[in-house]
Amino acid sequence: MGKNSNMQQSPETTEYSSDWQQQVFDTLKSFDVKHVVYVPDAGHAEAIRMSEQDPDVISVALTTEEEGIGYLAGAWLGGERGALLMQSSGVGNCINMLALQSLTKFPLLMLVTMRGDLAEFNPWQIPMGQAAEKALNLMGVLTWRADSAEDVGPLIQGAATMAFDSDCACAVLLGQRLIGRKEWLK
Amino acid sequence: MTQSDALDRRLVVAKLLQNRNNLMVVTGLGSATYDVMSVGDNDLNFYLWGAMGSAAMIGFGLAMAQPNRPVLVFTGDGEMLMGLGSLATIGVSKPGNLTIAVLDNEHYGETGMQASHTRSGIKLDEIASACGFGWAEEIRDIEGVSELQARIHETSTACFSTIKIKTDEAPRVLAPRDGIYVKNRFRACLGFSSL
Repeated sequence: MGKNSNMQQSPETTEYSSDWQQQVFDTLKSFDVKHVVYVPDAGHAEAIRMSEQDPDVISVALTTEEEGIGYLAGAWLGGERGALLMQSSGVGNCINMLALQSLTKFPLLMLVTMRGDLAEFNPWQIPMGQAAEKALNLMGVLTWRADSAEDVGPLIQGAATMAFDSDCACAVLLGQRLIGRKEWLK
Repeated sequence: MTQSDALDRRLVVAKLLQNRNNLMVVTGLGSATYDVMSVGDNDLNFYLWGAMGSAAMIGFGLAMAQPNRPVLVFTGDGEMLMGLGSLATIGVSKPGNLTIAVLDNEHYGETGMQASHTRSGIKLDEIASACGFGWAEEIRDIEGVSELQARIHETSTACFSTIKIKTDEAPRVLAPRDGIYVKNRFRACLGFSSL
């Protein structure tokens, strides 16, 4: 699956707020996502906060990202939808566990905030950040990149449709051009 | 523990699955999958043949989505060791309908009987207890298995047990390897469509 940042919004699309972090949460809610599982990242801070405050959403903090793949498989067996939020460094932790999705074809929606992508100050983030999308593709995960705020809602909506309606593993990569560079000297 | 004192894995699994009613079962790869299959196939069994380290988390996700039904995870010591962090993750929520039963022979049976960490005294039940499981015990006799069997169907507290079993390898009883089939029939049994 190639990089696709020009996806058209479908006619029935919901109205998105201007804040892209709000769009992440609103889009998950519009797909009846009941479980938000995550390893924290600053780029997901708002979606995590909203998940924890929403009484209809079960939010689960993970010790490592691959735990989320097992959790979401179990939730789907039990009839409910979820999404996995993580940073690009966590993609590497998920590789073998993605076989669980390949073999059972449960809907897997991953939202990945990028590091080591653009204007990265910390060299230790670069190897996995640069390999994240290719690694996901190697394991059969479909990927799309959002590099501007107006792409976030439509791309998550498109990816969620292919996850929940077509039993695919789908990841939306939220680029550093969108997130902004991390401030190191405060 | 001497091996002659240890429990027979197939007897343990058969005992824990007696009168299972609406019990949902997840099995970790390897012998735990064969053991559960040896008792009889069931639509509410979810068998793993890979994804090592995920059994407890699958049971956790299932327990959170179906809070009114009991969930039992059978797995081995090696598989549980690969997912140790999940005990901390589960310990935050402590779903009362989740029980994890580790069939602990202190070895990696699938790969040539190399010693696992539990052979050197690592106590999985004490780790689970420290992570907040309300009931976490090491079981060495059939009375302990009977107590656990009753606790599976109570949904007041998350339970964890390390069941010390013999290293004897039982005849392999192969469970379905088609994960899509196993997933779809499990969901159908709960009233959910395949897609």
